[in-house]
Amino acid sequence: MSNLSSQAAAQYNNNFLKEVEAMVEEGNWVKMCMQCGVCSGSCPTNFQAGWDHPPQEIFMMIRAGKREEVLNSQSMWMCTSCYNCIVRCPRKLPITHIMHGLANYAHRLGLAPKNQPTRHFAKLFWNNCIQTGRVNELKLSLGLYFKDGFKQGIINGLAMKDVALGLLKAKRLNPFELFKAHGCKDQKGIHAMLKKAHEIEERRKAIKTA
Amino acid sequence: MAVEKKVAAYICQGCGLGERLDTDALVDVVKKEGKIQQVKPHPFLCSSEGVTMIQNDIDNDGVSHIMIGACSRRAKTDAFNFPSVAMSRANLREGVIWIRPDTEEARETTQEMAEDYLRMGCAEIKAMRQPEGNPNTGTSKTLLVVGGGITGMTAALEAAKTGYPVVLVEKSGQLGGWAAKLHMRVPSHEPYKAPVDNGVAGMVSAIEADPNIKVYLNATLAKTSGAPGRFQAEIATESGSTATEDVGAIVQATGFELYDANKLPELGYGASPNVVDQGGLEQLAREAAERGGPILRPSDGQPVKSVVFVQCAGQRDASGTHLAYCSGHCCNTSIKQAMYFKDANADIDTTVLYTDLRTPGNGEDFYRSAQEKGVIFTKGKVASVQPAGNTCKVNFHDLILDDQNASIENADLVVLATGQVPNSGVNIDFKAVEGEEAAAEVEKKTISILNLDYRQGKDVPQLKYGFTDSHFICFPYETRRTGIYTAGPVRRPMDIAQAKEDATGATLKAIQALENAAIGSAAHPRSGDLSYPSVRLEGCTQCKRCTVECPFGAIDEDEKRYPLFNESRCRRCGTCMGACPVRVISFENYSVDTVGSQIKAVSIPDEFSEKPRILVLACENDAYPAMDMAAMNRTETSSFVRVVPVRCLGSVNTIWITDALNSGYDGVMLMGCKHGDEYQCHFVKGSELANYRMSKIDDTLKGFNLETDRVQTYEVAITDIDRVPKLINDFEKRMFEIGMSPFKGF
Repeated sequence: MSNLSSQAAAQYNNNFLKEVEAMVEEGNWVKMCMQCGVCSGSCPTNFQAGWDHPPQEIFMMIRAGKREEVLNSQSMWMCTSCYNCIVRCPRKLPITHIMHGLANYAHRLGLAPKNQPTRHFAKLFWNNCIQTGRVNELKLSLGLYFKDGFKQGIINGLAMKDVALGLLKAKRLNPFELFKAHGCKDQKGIHAMLKKAHEIEERRKAIKTA
Repeated sequence: MAVEKKVAAYICQGCGLGERLDTDALVDVVKKEGKIQQVKPHPFLCSSEGVTMIQNDIDNDGVSHIMIGACSRRAKTDAFNFPSVAMSRANLREGVIWIRPDTEEARETTQEMAEDYLRMGCAEIKAMRQPEGNPNTGTSKTLLVVGGGITGMTAALEAAKTGYPVVLVEKSGQLGGWAAKLHMRVPSHEPYKAPVDNGVAGMVSAIEADPNIKVYLNATLAKTSGAPGRFQAEIATESGSTATEDVGAIVQATGFELYDANKLPELGYGASPNVVDQGGLEQLAREAAERGGPILRPSDGQPVKSVVFVQCAGQRDASGTHLAYCSGHCCNTSIKQAMYFKDANADIDTTVLYTDLRTPGNGEDFYRSAQEKGVIFTKGKVASVQPAGNTCKVNFHDLILDDQNASIENADLVVLATGQVPNSGVNIDFKAVEGEEAAAEVEKKTISILNLDYRQGKDVPQLKYGFTDSHFICFPYETRRTGIYTAGPVRRPMDIAQAKEDATGATLKAIQALENAAIGSAAHPRSGDLSYPSVRLEGCTQCKRCTVECPFGAIDEDEKRYPLFNESRCRRCGTCMGACPVRVISFENYSVDTVGSQIKAVSIPDEFSEKPRILVLACENDAYPAMDMAAMNRTETSSFVRVVPVRCLGSVNTIWITDALNSGYDGVMLMGCKHGDEYQCHFVKGSELANYRMSKIDDTLKGFNLETDRVQTYEVAITDIDRVPKLINDFEKRMFEIGMSPFKGF
């Protein structure tokens, strides 16, 4: 990675493609892309500034061995899971799933862009939800408000105060949830289930890479 | 044939003709002006009763010429089928009542129109004779196949299976051509997943076992003379002797050469043995298969670990340096060759660099299969290949990531997809294109393939890029030499599956040609036509226009330099008739007189009646059917036009135009097919020649002191159903603007 010339030499060989096929969920589909560009044309986020590479380009970059660029990219995180690309892909690639797979892989390697809002929200949501088996909406919103520091958090919170008061009035928001969240019945069971799922995933990965 | 000429006319009253037209007046016109005394109206002429009436007159009354005033000559051809007599047809239905409104005020002009068509029909039938069939026939049923590749072998086997003997001439020492050099071929059957055996061995043994197929190896054609049904092929054999074979028709399947990769030094060819063309890779693959090992790198014999395929090498080149066209098979071929590597060892990196991947036929499945096997397809344009030691660096512009400086390093092998160059022999029209691309043309091979003993040249004419002339949709196998059919990549670039299909099609056309020749009938597109051109030599001035302009090389010269017609080579288009300045060429049922007398038969109202007359000479293949179809749609068209169908616009003799203008017509419209490189003319050059001749008509018009707008030529396709009536109506409007012709009433 540090040696730039060796990385350049490695481009357009199949090493990164093989890595994606082995490590990324649905990654074995990447080679089937025929570069028609229908996915890129169908993506509703393609007017967003953060959308640095449309799916067609991501697939080409994988084949071109551009590992850093792909895994550092914002693109996969911008996916809204609308499934337009999957519906339209003439080669039937599960593009949405590949995007999520790539995002997940980049995250686990620690290469995903830091402070990427979608990634931040996803982490927050997951950590929030696995504690009690239920999403604590109050904590989740506050976590989002204070993403960019305390001061920005206060500003964000004040901007939303009317909504919060409205919810309070309508008894849709309980401030005590901040201290004691209500959870689901069998929290231990949930934790055991998640642990087991993680084990299975790791085992499968080990078999794939072996 | 009837000794005495007896003419009878029949007028139909069905399909509304009886209600819309005054039949009694029509009968009068036929009797008094058409001078045919035997006229029979019938309420339903194409009924069995009507047809029986006509047949009765022919059988019992000695009628030898009939004129039928009913529907278009293209309609009811099964009912009005009297092969023993000459027949003309006045088009009263599609030509008159279907294009005119059924109103009281239109009644007069409609009746005038019908009367004129009857006058024309009467004039035409009197100038006609019943065709007797070309007496100059040959009855050889043998097919000569030139070239023993996949196309030639398929043609030979298909013809033999149909029961026709075959003579197969192959210049090399073995059958199989390019296909025999292939390690494997692209699959032609489900599931289209992997390369399959090239299939040549089976075909060769089938040919060797077939007593109907006579094979000459190491042989070429020293001379080909004659005409369909009686070609004589002199075959120069290996021993130096010449064998002569009488054949009825010829299939030329002389295939292609790969474009010379030496012209692509920027792609590293010649600089490293590790850069090969697709043919070179097939050889490496066959060597590997014989050895039973992997494909080796030519420079040092090490197994290949990475290979790059460069598509469109020297093809689809817009600069004019290399081939301008796509050869159609190379994408599938490269996919197949990449599979040679992947099927042997999935760890070998195989990359196909393409700009547009084109996989005709079921190639899409084959392409998908290659992707599943891990062949990588990268959309990019290769700039250069730099050999370094035992590997190469391929520099390219990645078109998806728009990276100008993309490259693949350490490629063990680079395969160039160079495309097909046809083996079509001598370009007999070479002089015509001299001047533009002289340098590129000089390199053209000058070895003739057929060595035709024709005045027009030794080989079949070419259309573009050296491929033989044919119409890719309407008549793909027809060349411009009757009885000679081209098939396979000599005709257009193609793969094995297409070549086999091509061979079958061309063989069937060749069989039709020799069968038609045997009965003295024309080949496509006037198949079944028994008329043939005859020339009144006393009047001939030896101007050579007919011999030069015949699109099919049917006319040679005799020792006194008079035109020598080879009727069996003739397609009966009449281009010679249109060309002849002294009008000595004619067909029994189609001549300067049959059309000229129709033109003169039309009654021309005087200048002050405000009834112009417009002559339309319409190609019977496209423009006339388009008019018929417009009539079926009841599209209203001018009542002042008189339409004469012609076999081809090329058969239009300028005397017809002069005659028409002289006798007071206000305008003349000529409707023929599209010409040029994308021609639609059934006789290839007819409409082009007509257009050229008509470009000179302006001088004639000025000589008459007439406006040049009065004679116009139009390109009309069979689909121009709405356009043709509009053209006619606009022309009529223009005639009213210009005013009536001053030549009326002389």
